[in-house]
Amino acid sequence: MLRDDAAVPRTAPVSFSEYLGEHHPGLLPAGRTPGPGGPVDASSLAPHATTIVSLTYPGGVLMAGDRRATMGNVIASRHIEKVFAADRSSVLGIAGSAGIGLDLTRLFQVELEHYEKIEATMMSLDGKANRLAAMVRQNLPLALQGLAVVPLFAGFDTARHVGRLFSFDATGGRYEEYEHHSVGSGSVFARGALKKLWNPRLDERTAVRVAVEALYDAADDDSATGGPDTVRNLWPVVFVVDSAGARRIPDRELEAVARTIVGTRSSAGREA
Amino acid sequence: MTSQFYVSPEQLMKDRADFARKGIARGRSVVVMSCSDGIALVAQNPSPSLHKLGEIYDRIAFAAVGKYNEFDSLRQAGVRYADVRGYSYAREDVTARGLASVYAQSLGGVFTAESKPFEVELVVAEVGHTQDADHLYRLTFDGSIADERGFVVMGGAADVVVAALRSEWSADLDLPGAVRAAARALHTGRGVDADGPRPPGTALDPALLEVAFLERHPGTSRGSRRAFRRVDAPELHLVLTSGSGT
Repeated sequence: MLRDDAAVPRTAPVSFSEYLGEHHPGLLPAGRTPGPGGPVDASSLAPHATTIVSLTYPGGVLMAGDRRATMGNVIASRHIEKVFAADRSSVLGIAGSAGIGLDLTRLFQVELEHYEKIEATMMSLDGKANRLAAMVRQNLPLALQGLAVVPLFAGFDTARHVGRLFSFDATGGRYEEYEHHSVGSGSVFARGALKKLWNPRLDERTAVRVAVEALYDAADDDSATGGPDTVRNLWPVVFVVDSAGARRIPDRELEAVARTIVGTRSSAGREA
Repeated sequence: MTSQFYVSPEQLMKDRADFARKGIARGRSVVVMSCSDGIALVAQNPSPSLHKLGEIYDRIAFAAVGKYNEFDSLRQAGVRYADVRGYSYAREDVTARGLASVYAQSLGGVFTAESKPFEVELVVAEVGHTQDADHLYRLTFDGSIADERGFVVMGGAADVVVAALRSEWSADLDLPGAVRAAARALHTGRGVDADGPRPPGTALDPALLEVAFLERHPGTSRGSRRAFRRVDAPELHLVLTSGSGT
């Protein structure tokens, strides 16, 4: 493997996923061969990851995900983490088929680091979004069998000095989103909450609160989205990205925010 | 019809080795040093963008002398090897020893089978969690591999630089101290062909140096698992001037 590369360097692609596709196709998340026969619905085979919300604020962008994965009517995991740092200055969250989504995340992280090491420079934010779109597109055959992965991607654009947000569809379509966006089963309810809670003057602290509250609203109405778990001390996973890079918000801050929201809601004593 | 003259295998190998050695001796030197808080990589390199030092993986770096196109394709192949291995197994399963033996096979194969050997010499460095666990593997053009302790010097005036470093190196050096020692030693080695060794004690111009660190505890110092860090010009200037009295 190494010797061929060394002797013929021009044929080696810069992209890690393309290199895997040529030399180790079995390692790609979408490289699994679909089962025999016609279209099958495999969606009940593996856990589903649910709601991700993301919003911009002046100087950065934030992404948050709940901690639940479901299989049909069963809670498959209460601990799953669905938001990750992709590299120093970008984050991604996954909704849909959990196992493929986690593999896709890992591949995307290596893809960005690989490019950075080979080229000795960081990929542009648009370049990262396009690479992710290409990976989602590769998964289309599995998506047709019910194993779709829909990521949400956010990062700090160092050239424009703003946080930017991208959503994707199963065919690899890439859409830049403005202000805020959410994906997953609870996204309808989360987006409704974001429409009322988001404003252009948020700072990082208030943005965290808005995101946790949007997830709370999603969990309130969507059985597949998990709310803050005060029994097990499980809080959403929240990342912020600003000019200093991507940073995970510590659990103790999220606990305080989640408890405040639950407290405010219960003292208001309203039904919905 | 031309007739093929017989060349003994000894002569063939010797010719190839001489050819590769000549190519490497034209290159400027590179120093890789194990220190108390990491591994310092110092290269004499006037170009700020054509690197001789590179990141391979979380705790592994690459340093080379010789022909740029040859060692850069080896560096890229190494990054590919490490990333594939880390992706298909786990990040901690990528080791400098594994990478060095793949390089050794690759260099050895080219040395015997290809029309011309690689004119390169490499160091694969892995920073351990303690200084005893540091690994410096030196690979030469014919695929031979050596496990070095302390420090490694490669390139043109390597003997002079080694002699200058031997008195300065100790296991207690920190990274800035190691960079200063390496810069002084490289200055001694520079231009040795023209007018003999330079007087010791002065350091090389920072504009001619490429410096990188493999930090021993990147998690605590920078919150990153990636130990490799390039030292940019302003920081290098600071490093070289701060302890000039020592």
